[in-house]
Amino acid sequence: MVKNKPALKLLSENGCDVKSNIVRMPSGLVEEALSKVPSSFKLYSREGKQAYTVGGDNVIYNPGSAAIFFLDGETEEMRRATAEDFRDLVRLTDALPHIHAQSTAMVPADVPEDISDLYRLYLILKNSTKPIVTGAFTIEGLIDMKNMLEAVVGGPEELAEKPRAIFDCCPSSPLMWSDVTCQNLLDCAEHGIPAEIIPAPQMGATSPVSIAGTIVEANAEFLSGLVISQLANPGSVVIYGGSPSAFDMRYLTARLGAVESVMAACASAQMGKSYGVPTHGYLGLSDSKAVDGQSSFESGMGILLAAMSGVNIVSGPGMQASENCQSLEKLVIDNEYCGTAYRLIKGITVDDTTLAAELISKVGPGGHFLAEKHTRENLRKERFMPTDVLDRLSPDAWTKAGSKDTMQRARERAKKLLKEHTPEALPKASEERLETVFKKILTRRRVTANQLPVL
Amino acid sequence: MSEEIFSELRDAVLFFDDEKARALAVKALEMGIDPVMTLEEGLAKPLREVGDRFETGEAFITELIASAQAMEAGAKVLNEEITRRGVNRKSVGKFLIGTVEGDIHSIGKNIVATMLTAAGFEVIDLGTDIPTWTFVEKVKEYEPDILGLSALMTTTMVKQKEILGALRDIGLRSKVKVIVGGAPVTEAWVKEIGADAIGFDAGSAVQVTLRLMEGS
Ligand code: B12
Repeated sequence: MVKNKPALKLLSENGCDVKSNIVRMPSGLVEEALSKVPSSFKLYSREGKQAYTVGGDNVIYNPGSAAIFFLDGETEEMRRATAEDFRDLVRLTDALPHIHAQSTAMVPADVPEDISDLYRLYLILKNSTKPIVTGAFTIEGLIDMKNMLEAVVGGPEELAEKPRAIFDCCPSSPLMWSDVTCQNLLDCAEHGIPAEIIPAPQMGATSPVSIAGTIVEANAEFLSGLVISQLANPGSVVIYGGSPSAFDMRYLTARLGAVESVMAACASAQMGKSYGVPTHGYLGLSDSKAVDGQSSFESGMGILLAAMSGVNIVSGPGMQASENCQSLEKLVIDNEYCGTAYRLIKGITVDDTTLAAELISKVGPGGHFLAEKHTRENLRKERFMPTDVLDRLSPDAWTKAGSKDTMQRARERAKKLLKEHTPEALPKASEERLETVFKKILTRRRVTANQLPVL
Repeated sequence: MSEEIFSELRDAVLFFDDEKARALAVKALEMGIDPVMTLEEGLAKPLREVGDRFETGEAFITELIASAQAMEAGAKVLNEEITRRGVNRKSVGKFLIGTVEGDIHSIGKNIVATMLTAAGFEVIDLGTDIPTWTFVEKVKEYEPDILGLSALMTTTMVKQKEILGALRDIGLRSKVKVIVGGAPVTEAWVKEIGADAIGFDAGSAVQVTLRLMEGS
């Protein structure tokens, strides 16, 4: 079912069977769309200096998006997020080495609702150079956000040529495109913006309880979106996304950290790969409300399996409470898991050097490898180097250092990074253009500058 | 005689058999058993049992919803007869619910609607993405005891405030209790917008709604 008029028109003009808003697509049309969609693309940093390939088995982690709440590291209380919390999260993400992209990860409560979606993008553009995963809440929202991006990069051609941001467009499981998200998809195609089609089936509630059936349904939703985007603009970039959750039949919540959800997200991405389309998954997040064992296990499981499945865009680090909450401490901890996952997929190198047969006989029985050149030369290649967030101390040293748990160590690292890391400033010309566009948007939406928090 | 049919209806509800519930309701009417009593003893009671088992974790939502559907299938037949006879059907209360404008999240709202039906409310579900004015019109039309507003996004939550304002402007606010729900909704928000209550999940939504009814 498609609830968007322009899309319905496009579909019926191109040989689909359209009865009121129920659309059936001929398989040839789907195959044609699949033959046109790019198998990979490059996503760029803010100034266009750094390119990230989205495709193949490349993995890019970014914080999960649009959380309502923020876990306050001082009080350990879950409260509504503020603009300042979000700015901190953006700066922290900018500083963390294994989180390669930003995401509009929290919706600040101290900003007028009318602009709270695009204000997140504004804060990212001013506080980080990393590429962006985002999404709009309304039809106009996407256009405004596009205009902001264009202002920063210098114009529509530059943005289309070197995309800086991916936009999420979610079908409504089961089997439906809402007016807003479908229009977002069309607008992405028209303006050359990569669109991430993210079905979010809740297994047992809005899709079959079986993982296989859920993938069948989500696949149909993806393919319908693909056809719409390729009809609107052949060759436009589309990402095969997924945010499946195991709907909890006891507590009525969307369990994104459940093993079935992780399995479904990875399997979905494999469907995408079989079509030769870049992939995405909501992985690396937890249902736990506290940063604790459950949050670490669920997130670690998602982060590792995403890497092993070669999911290209992985949204989830930092996120908990079933997509409802972000935490600086969790993001810092997840960053270590992302580093771990990158190490995992680098695999075990087997060659003469790494097999080290000669070295083993040279050191001989009872010797040691600490002073060997081989150890010095290969240590950094072989090892993932975690920070002190991962405890590696001796029991005695740990006690003397204050017996700190992971949460405490993560809090310290988050604080330190926020204090020491200065994000690269937005170039003057870009900043001026952004401010001009942003002011126009504020005026049009009747928001005055004094309604915005002072950061 | 009626005991036997009540027990069969009970089985239909407990074993999710819509068709059987409907047929048995017809049979009960044919046998001249009081429809109000059939509704209460044969359908509502077993459904409440399933509701209780859901609360304690013995039954899952999938069973509760399927039982509620079987109950509704039978209730439809009985209610028609009850209305025809002009008897005042003893529903716990009339509940109007919908998801606010700009918001298409439906599952939470649907579950709350089902649970309230199970608890004996007459529930009218307007659907999702419902404009403020439609809520106001429907409150006028149906005169519900309680209005439930679902909003899953921080950006659409403001519509709950708008709806309360519109009800106030038109002088309907005192006629209906308003309960709000959805992930971003907090106690503080309820105070700010002047709603009557909040339902954090389907279970508490029912309890809070029942409490609101006692107060009305
Ligand atoms: C599933 C889902 C979707 C599905 C919805 C499918 C459907 N048919 O409903 C789809 C994929 C379509 C979707 C779309 C979008 N979504 Co969404 N979605 C979710 C998700 C993961 C779960 C919601 C859910 O169904 N939960 C299960 C139900 C049972 O719980 P519930 O809704 O909370 O309801 C319970 C209580 O709240 C309460 N309750 C609810 N309503 C009421 C009413 C009354 C009267 C009472 C008493 C109680 C009550 O009782 C219910 C039962 O226990 C949430 C995250 C989350 N965990 O909440 C995001 C979430 C709500 N979505 C979000 C977003 C951003 C979007 C999109 C804008 C994404 C996009 N760019 O396309 C679009 C929205 C488009 C629009 N204009 O509405 C954000 C909101 C962010 C914010 N700050 O406001 C969230 C928080 C996720 C995130 N962090 O990004 N979404």
